[in-house]
Amino acid sequence: MPKDGIGASVKRKEDYRFITGQGAYTDDIDRPGQTHAVFVRSPHAHARIASVDTGAAAAMPGVVKILTGADYAADGLGGLPCGWQVTGKDGPMVEPAHPPLAVDRVRHVGDQLAVVIANSAAEARDAAEAVAVEYEPLAAAASIEAALSPGAPQVHDEAPGNLCYDWEIGDRADVDAAFAGAHHVTRIELVNNRLVPNAMEPRAAVAEYDRATREYTLYTTSQNPHVIRLLMGAFVLQLPEHRLRVVAPDVGGGFGSKIFHYAEEAILTWAAGKVARPIKWTAERAESFVTDAHGRDHVTVAELALDADGKFLGLKVDTRANMGAYLSTFAPCVPTYLYATLLAGQYTTPKIWCGVQAVFTHTVPVDAYRGAGRPEATFVVERIVETAAHEMGIDPAELRRRNFVPADAFPYQTPVALVYDSGDYEGTLAAALASADYDGFGARRAESEARGRLRGIGLSAYIEACGIAPSAVVGSLGARAGLYECGEVRVHPTGSVTFFTGTHSHGQGHETTFAQIIAERLGVDIDAVEVVHGDTAKIPFGMGTYGSRSLAVGGSALARALDKVETKAKRIAAHLMEASEADIEFADGQFTVAGTDRSVGFGDVALTAYVPHNYPIEELEPGLDETAYYDPANFTFPAGCHVCEVEVDPETGAVEIVNFAASDDFGNVINPMIVEGQVHGGIVQGVGQALLEGCVYDDEGQLATGSYMDYTMPRADDVPSFTVSTRTTPCPHNPLGVKGCGEAGAIAAPAAVMNAVHDALGSRGVSRIDMPATPARVWQALNA
Amino acid sequence: MHDFTYHAASSVADAAAKVAGGEDAVLMAGGMTLLPTLKQRLAQPSDVVDLSGVADLRGIRVEGGAVTVGAMTVHDAVANSPEVAAAIPALAALAGHIGDPQVRNRGTIGGSIANNDPAADYPAALVGLGATVCTDRREIAADEFFTGMFETALDEGEIVTSVRFPAPAAAAYMKFPNPASRYAIVGVFVARTTGGVRVAVTGAASCVYRESAMEAALEGGFSASALDGMTASADDLNEDIHASAEYRAHLVGVMARRAVAACG
Repeated sequence: MPKDGIGASVKRKEDYRFITGQGAYTDDIDRPGQTHAVFVRSPHAHARIASVDTGAAAAMPGVVKILTGADYAADGLGGLPCGWQVTGKDGPMVEPAHPPLAVDRVRHVGDQLAVVIANSAAEARDAAEAVAVEYEPLAAAASIEAALSPGAPQVHDEAPGNLCYDWEIGDRADVDAAFAGAHHVTRIELVNNRLVPNAMEPRAAVAEYDRATREYTLYTTSQNPHVIRLLMGAFVLQLPEHRLRVVAPDVGGGFGSKIFHYAEEAILTWAAGKVARPIKWTAERAESFVTDAHGRDHVTVAELALDADGKFLGLKVDTRANMGAYLSTFAPCVPTYLYATLLAGQYTTPKIWCGVQAVFTHTVPVDAYRGAGRPEATFVVERIVETAAHEMGIDPAELRRRNFVPADAFPYQTPVALVYDSGDYEGTLAAALASADYDGFGARRAESEARGRLRGIGLSAYIEACGIAPSAVVGSLGARAGLYECGEVRVHPTGSVTFFTGTHSHGQGHETTFAQIIAERLGVDIDAVEVVHGDTAKIPFGMGTYGSRSLAVGGSALARALDKVETKAKRIAAHLMEASEADIEFADGQFTVAGTDRSVGFGDVALTAYVPHNYPIEELEPGLDETAYYDPANFTFPAGCHVCEVEVDPETGAVEIVNFAASDDFGNVINPMIVEGQVHGGIVQGVGQALLEGCVYDDEGQLATGSYMDYTMPRADDVPSFTVSTRTTPCPHNPLGVKGCGEAGAIAAPAAVMNAVHDALGSRGVSRIDMPATPARVWQALNA
Repeated sequence: MHDFTYHAASSVADAAAKVAGGEDAVLMAGGMTLLPTLKQRLAQPSDVVDLSGVADLRGIRVEGGAVTVGAMTVHDAVANSPEVAAAIPALAALAGHIGDPQVRNRGTIGGSIANNDPAADYPAALVGLGATVCTDRREIAADEFFTGMFETALDEGEIVTSVRFPAPAAAAYMKFPNPASRYAIVGVFVARTTGGVRVAVTGAASCVYRESAMEAALEGGFSASALDGMTASADDLNEDIHASAEYRAHLVGVMARRAVAACG
């Protein structure tokens, strides 16, 4: 194995440019003659637009153009599309129009209705403030509860009662029958709190139009530029792909929020054609809070039926999910196919029913956020399992063991559609418990009590479905896209390699991980490999990065492309050594005729491919450049166990995480250091959800947590040093045996933390506390 | 940010003249509140008079049992001053926990107290220690200086030049931070001074104030147990998405007891 091959903790190739400030983000791009855009946004959660007067604004210094919703409508272009159609009990979901600039009604604070383009950002801002909009404010429904109450203000006329869909999975009668025979039923109510994504880099875009070639170029902060090109080109602006280039350069974090096709991208591209000058827009942080798609926001009631031994008999879950004011790109699938299908968790629960009502509200759209549905599912399952254990007086670890899908039961068909590929849940539980010194907890609790502190420990044995996805499967479930991935391995004449991937790295380290795979397979130095992503003009095609899919799907495409390279290179080597192709072996960058000392290096083969003087030209094309598309056979199922230990100060309500241990099964690991970093980041985001982050709208639909003065992001001093490790059961159905690691921490941690908090507070009679468990909430619960 | 005219003041007198000469002029010390306000277009002054070039306003002096901190001295300088640490360690500790390193290297004591944010830390130190605010016109006792939310006894155009803290026999500051902003939800500064025990509370109400009942209880015996069962009155305390008035009232008692205990 080369030193920088698979399994090595190679330092990230991309970090030199990031650490030295040489990253090229969208806002760093300046085009000749560039103008600047500022959007006019609604200050109301719900209002009728009586009039928009741009006269005074248009006369202000530097203003190039002002465009309104009426201008957009007059061009007869499309609305923002939704990429996934969920069909509920009563038929397809309600899919209201989503004009990129509002015409007659605004439906959330931040909803955009006009754009001002000026020579400078300051001039655009001044003029945007001078656009006179006459609003007739209307009553708003700012929460799930408000939107579902009788007589609630309607978000869309076509969605009576604000219902987008009423969906279910499983046979309710079957599950009820299982409950009828139960020894014990545990019931919990919980809220999965709404989160604001807060990528470090705010969204930005630069659009330009070339009058000579009639080509549009959009630079945008995206996790999936080809998806944006397809959605914006085909559905919104009706531009063909060959005249539309979308570039997602360095992107400073996404966490899902940069998957979606946003109005600003379409409006800038459309407007660039009108003004024939490049246009830049960069969100201010306050703008990000009210325009980036938010995450989570579920209200759930769940019941678990158990027999006398603690075996799970059935699970019933009733969830209401907030969609926000419009359907964001993948919103409908998050609380259904990415959520309810995970409710078996790591367990053999034989009967499961889940009903989901998706609800429109006068808030920012809600869509996928790190984990997307799976954190919500894990929170339900792991909270109810832990609660059942306490209620029945069974050790929570032991209750889990009694119900785990056994290691020899794979592939395992759950009652909620998925077939788990591989796993060892007892193994990861045991490893996590050992790391956490689970057995020593009692002594630590006593020591805390002596200091007046309440100590608690909590487990979260999570599972996720990653590597989205087999295209035919998701297509049958309503996806309007295929979810394969594409990779092109271009071997250059001197043996260096460029890999073009349809995935996109915005913090994940693809430039290193993919290079390691290539270094391992071709025996080339890692510095001779360049990974290119994020440009539709360079990459054949791609579906992008989300759902921990890049390695499982994009890496598999790479592996297939490398297979093709190897196959062709062997034919060339066989020709050069006058041997039979079947006798050629390839290892460590050398092609050898089996059983002889004859060999030729990979570099010589590459050169021969491009200088085909001595070459089987009749049978083989010159060149060594191979592309593969990989459509996965199944999802992958990373799983593991996280254990959190907290100490609560009952006088103030402050919760301190004193220990956090994780054991994860991500399948084979390419770069352990990067995996560890992903787990750390995910845990911190999960801790953020559990203890710190809570997006609050007031009853009028104003965002009460619209800045970092009120929205609590996790900081380094909020978390301890984590103890993380991996245990591997390789994925049996993809060529690298990998499962994905990007979301695990955010999926597992909230339940682990909240189980620990409940354990700590249980002795004081607290049975329910919602996330985020802020000091004020904990104190309130202790003094209720 | 709206347009304004920027002036670099060369001296306190020059600053006073420039502020007086502007139609709607403001003074800028570290700019930690003013700059974000300007960036968000929440203020539109005609002129901004920058005090950062006035060397006389910077520095720390310890003499005659008092610590005098120049108005333009940044928090980091107070936090890391061996003289302050020796004379009033609680003051150094308080300054070391304001904001973050960036704020502590830009924000100043004069700017903080002139702004009088109800959740700022310094007002608790001034009132808790019975400090004196020196301006270009007069001296003002801390008890009279902080008059209400973002309100002080400063007259139009009056410039804070320094703050004089008498060294106490013992003092400690305990802050329960807002998890998001890390301003004080409740901060309590307790000091045993020659003039008696002082208990100053920031964050809880619209303006820093003294808990006279706690002061009286501590006069009867300076120990945390003297405050057992005591809380502030929740009437008129702040209430927001982070903390109810009742919670703040309770935290005043907890932080006060911990501050007393920390006085040793």
